[in-house]
Amino acid sequence: MKLILLKDTDGKKEEAVFQEKILAEMKKENVQGKWQVVRVADMGIYNKGVAVKILPEGFTYTGLSLDDIPALVRTSIKEGRELGEKSYGLKDKQVKIVLRNCGRIDPENIESYLESGGYQGLKKVLLELKPEQAIEELKESGLRGRGGGGFPVWMKWQFARKPESAEKFIICNGDEGDPGAYMDRSVLEGDPHSVLEGMLTAGYLVGANKGYFYIRAEYPLAITRVQNAVEQARAYGLLGENILGSGFSFEVDIRLGAGAFVCGEETALIASVEGKRGYPSPRPPYPSVKGLWGKPTVINNVETLANIPVVFSRGGKWFSSIGSPTAKGTKVFALTGKIKNSGLVEVPMGITLREIIYDIGGGMLNSYDIKAVQTGGPSGGVISREYLDTPVDYENLQKLGSIMGSGGMIVIDESDCMVDLAKFYMNFCVDESCGKCAPCRIGTTQMLEYLDSVSKGKAREDDLPRLKKVAMAVKKASLCGLGQTSPNPVLSTLRYFEEEYLEHIREGKCRAGKCKDLLQYSILQDQCRKCGLCYRNCPVNAITGNNKQGYIIEREKCIKCGNCFDVCKFEAISRG
Amino acid sequence: MITANINGIPVHVRKGTSILEAARKININIPALCKHPDLDATAACGICVVKNNGGGKLLRSCCTPLEAGMNIVTHDDELQEIRKTVLELILSNHPEDCLQCARNNNCELQKMAADFGIRSNPLHRINKGIAPDISTKSINLVPDKCILCGRCINVCQNIQNVWALSFLERGIKTRISAAGDINLADSPCIKCGQCSAHCPTGAIAEYDETSRTWKALYDTEKYCVVQIAPAVRVAIGEAFGYPEGENLTGKLYAALRKLGFKAVFDTSFGADLTVMEEATEFAQRFVNKTGPLPLITSCCPSWVDFMEKYYSDMIEHFSTAKSPQSMVGVLSKTYYAQENKIDPAKMFMVSVMPCTAKKYEITRSEDMFASGYQDIDVSLTTRELARMIKQAGINFEGLPAEEPDHILGDYTGAGVIFGATGGVMEAALRTAHFFVTGENAGIMDFESVRGLKGVKETTVDIAGNKIKVAIAHGIGNVEYVLNKIQQARDEKKELPYHFVEVMACPGGCVGGGGQPYGVTDRLRVSRAKGLYLDDIKQDYHYAHENPYIKKVYDDFLGKPLSEKSHKLLHTVYTPRPLYRR
Ligand SMILES: Cc1cc2nc3c(=O)[nH]c(=O)nc-3n(C[C@H](O)[C@H](O)[C@H](O)COP(=O)(O)O)c2cc1C
Ligand code: SF4
Ligand code: SF4
Ligand code: SF4
Ligand code: SF4
Ligand code: SF4
Ligand code: FES
Repeated sequence: MKLILLKDTDGKKEEAVFQEKILAEMKKENVQGKWQVVRVADMGIYNKGVAVKILPEGFTYTGLSLDDIPALVRTSIKEGRELGEKSYGLKDKQVKIVLRNCGRIDPENIESYLESGGYQGLKKVLLELKPEQAIEELKESGLRGRGGGGFPVWMKWQFARKPESAEKFIICNGDEGDPGAYMDRSVLEGDPHSVLEGMLTAGYLVGANKGYFYIRAEYPLAITRVQNAVEQARAYGLLGENILGSGFSFEVDIRLGAGAFVCGEETALIASVEGKRGYPSPRPPYPSVKGLWGKPTVINNVETLANIPVVFSRGGKWFSSIGSPTAKGTKVFALTGKIKNSGLVEVPMGITLREIIYDIGGGMLNSYDIKAVQTGGPSGGVISREYLDTPVDYENLQKLGSIMGSGGMIVIDESDCMVDLAKFYMNFCVDESCGKCAPCRIGTTQMLEYLDSVSKGKAREDDLPRLKKVAMAVKKASLCGLGQTSPNPVLSTLRYFEEEYLEHIREGKCRAGKCKDLLQYSILQDQCRKCGLCYRNCPVNAITGNNKQGYIIEREKCIKCGNCFDVCKFEAISRG
Repeated sequence: MITANINGIPVHVRKGTSILEAARKININIPALCKHPDLDATAACGICVVKNNGGGKLLRSCCTPLEAGMNIVTHDDELQEIRKTVLELILSNHPEDCLQCARNNNCELQKMAADFGIRSNPLHRINKGIAPDISTKSINLVPDKCILCGRCINVCQNIQNVWALSFLERGIKTRISAAGDINLADSPCIKCGQCSAHCPTGAIAEYDETSRTWKALYDTEKYCVVQIAPAVRVAIGEAFGYPEGENLTGKLYAALRKLGFKAVFDTSFGADLTVMEEATEFAQRFVNKTGPLPLITSCCPSWVDFMEKYYSDMIEHFSTAKSPQSMVGVLSKTYYAQENKIDPAKMFMVSVMPCTAKKYEITRSEDMFASGYQDIDVSLTTRELARMIKQAGINFEGLPAEEPDHILGDYTGAGVIFGATGGVMEAALRTAHFFVTGENAGIMDFESVRGLKGVKETTVDIAGNKIKVAIAHGIGNVEYVLNKIQQARDEKKELPYHFVEVMACPGGCVGGGGQPYGVTDRLRVSRAKGLYLDDIKQDYHYAHENPYIKKVYDDFLGKPLSEKSHKLLHTVYTPRPLYRR
């Protein structure tokens, strides 16, 4: 059975009229039997007029008038196609530059890429523009690195262009170590040529003849697709000697990432390509001056490079028309958490968090209210819901205590505990700290200790200033970005949700019920039927009593396993 | 030259100078825990952070070059707070064990904690609990005390080119170990101890033999004798507050007697003897072609170990003469014992060396038992001796200078310069000249063999023969010389050298792994200068003129390379191909 969900999101209760109209149109089209039209209480969409969602396809339309219904029924219900103009969310606010070809072209066929305008940007750079003009174009585009730092791409290329050197290198950073992110993978798998084109462009402008794809070993399909793209490009004279007769030669190699998060950090990545232990090293010297094998090296993220062909084919000016004052173009986010539509979304810079969450993501998954948004991957920060209307760009996120990072975006609701959350991310940082520098190596472990003691109700109030002090030192004195950002989960949760920390400390209470050690189990005597099931199921005999007098839980003995809670048939065990 | 501001003071420095160095030039010390003047910055500790132009990202001053127009602030409330917190972090992961530590009172971490006035540490204790590695009997690895500054690895890889050490595991579990997580004794380690000399903490220290020495000294059955190496005399003063490079030979003899040694010898006598044997070997190979050239010196046990592991095809080039330490060792239990009617079985020979590898040398092969006993019972480092002197309550400063015991204590200027890079070569050439020509070299230009250049190559004229020599110090520098020799040999080309000296430690033994902590090039130069001044002060400057050397040959050995010298003063080398890089 197929479903049509219906709701007037303005609360004007016009569902009935629309339902009738839809049913009538379906009869006309003779499709009525297979469909059920359901009026629902909540669709995660608000203030968008009448909304309709068609399942299982998931087409979603908002702002419908009765006049739209005939077309809607014909196309989406009868023919099973999406109706462009009224389509909501995912279509609505997204702008596809990086993901322009993903899912649209055959990633294993260079012809398919060429048909979609591929290698036009490169051609322009090689054959029409002077290198200075090209750099100028790039500058005008306002494109900044998508690997986290947001460094202006033109400047990085200019730095590497300047020094005289017989050898220079371009590295495509496809390490993507952030566990929640998969945009680079999608691009490498879905549109490998655009990344290759970006690298070639970089190579030409910088004066490099050799490029490396550094790709996570866990991405076998991406590796195969890139290999395939490289071979095809070579066959088409787009790689190798004297590309397109321009006199420019370029070769690429693929290197597999070792799996450590820190190996995505540029200096560690370079060490790893050189066959050394993947430790970051101090900058300066920056890779653009002294990088791989000591030579000027441009290292750019996959997403950054995938933007390059568009910058040149459509022009820097066009590119800069999209985005916010300080950040141009789009950003791909991996949207997930307590949200209806999880997935990759590509949005123009400057869009608000609210738009991403509600208009694209379809709003909250469950009945809980939104509490915060976590951005930037494991060492990013949380942003409280008061700031949902902030336009998303590098500077704004940073001001709010988070980062753009690789583009992770996790929606958090009231059922999440902020201490637990910070602990979760800190655990990641402790595991991923490479151990080279003291502030990060020891500081992350210390922060975890503090968070752990808060979550267990063992912390004292004066631990919080200590935790902050450690966090500041780690942020300021760590060598690489991992350490420098690792305190973000702590600092940002403390910034917006200190009262939750204090609740844990002062009242021994976790309002979300996530911190197990703070849970108290007790038997609600008026609800208890004295069946003794809990008594028999407690593994440590913490429940005493008998079927005459009833039962009680001895707190000191209870290990908080929750068995009693689970087995009680009468909801007579309270947890809190 | 560039100009910038540090704490409002203008500084002019060469381009490339780090902020840390630049600040030192204007008497501002930025605390630094992982940077060592000998080594490139590893940027591991994070203590040295400073601000530029009022904020933003902090810079690590140890590895960030000062740039024109920078406005650096090295100290303010925020920086102090951050540094102190980082130090507290390091201490929270460090055993509070100063009282039982090899570095107590002489530790860079401890000093920093004292300077920062750390009185308590509010942070959680994070203990390590990693077992120490005492497999080499030369140096101990105590990973619990390691602050992961990376200096040891840096020195072992980049200066020594041995690659014995590495960090294992990641994050908070990171630990220092022999590479491959094996025992150091089974690793490529050559026991040079440079790691220990550069370690800021007690994480790598000499294998301590002072207890065994005390026990022997207090054992009335034992007849304890001692020898001190050249380089010890010009470095031990650092432990007692003397100026750099001050020669304290006389006080040392006195102190050793006060410790209870019945006879005090000088390894420089052994050096004279080594010169006699080695120069004879050289002259024979050079004149009579009795063996292949170049002749390569063998008095540094780390070098011998390295060669046996990696360049065993060079064995035939090695001088078979034992090291000065070993020569004095064997003669004390043979010749000296005989002359003085002492039962060698009761003799306990202690050597005081600038060196951790000498601890290994004393049992490295059967030849080290040539007297019929273990020739040298214990080898101590300069650092251990300094501690013993203090422990014995000897007022070192107040001691009047004494003379060594005769024969095995009497040395020439040639012997004493063995302690500096180039010294062995210089001493040997002085005597080789005599052996080849029958007369002493006039004023020869030996300056080209002195100094801290990594590889010194020069040509010396002996009776119209151009002797090509090379001197390498710091094992990392040896590859260049050996490659040249191998290449010429393989291509059957003219010999690049006739005579090669190698010392494992940068600067030679004055910069040895067992010397007082805190070595820098300036200190290496000062210590070497102390030895060259000692040479000038001596009555004799040629080993072959040492009347006691003559006497030992007359009384006991016969002549250089005699059968007896072969038995007592020479050794053989064994390839140890088990180690491959
Ligand atoms: C711990 C850490 C991990 C990183 N991981 C990645 C990564 O997986 N992919 C990436 O492109 N950049 C990563 N970066 C950022 C890189 O260091 C570098 O800034 C980036 O590749 C530059 O490319 P862009 O200028 O195009 O952003 C990481 C940085 C840090 C500190
Ligand atoms: S900040 Fe952390 S990950 Fe980065 S170098 Fe230091 S220890 Fe390694
Ligand atoms: S290494 Fe230094 S700080 Fe550590 S226990 Fe030893 S003396 Fe104390
Ligand atoms: S003793 Fe020398 S060779 Fe051995 S680990 Fe230390 S520095 Fe390396
Ligand atoms: S052993 Fe010493 S020198 Fe080596 S890393 Fe540890 S503290 Fe540094
Ligand atoms: S150079 Fe001297 S101190 Fe260093 S290992 Fe050799 S003999 Fe020992
Ligand atoms: S001294 Fe600069 S980081 Fe340690």
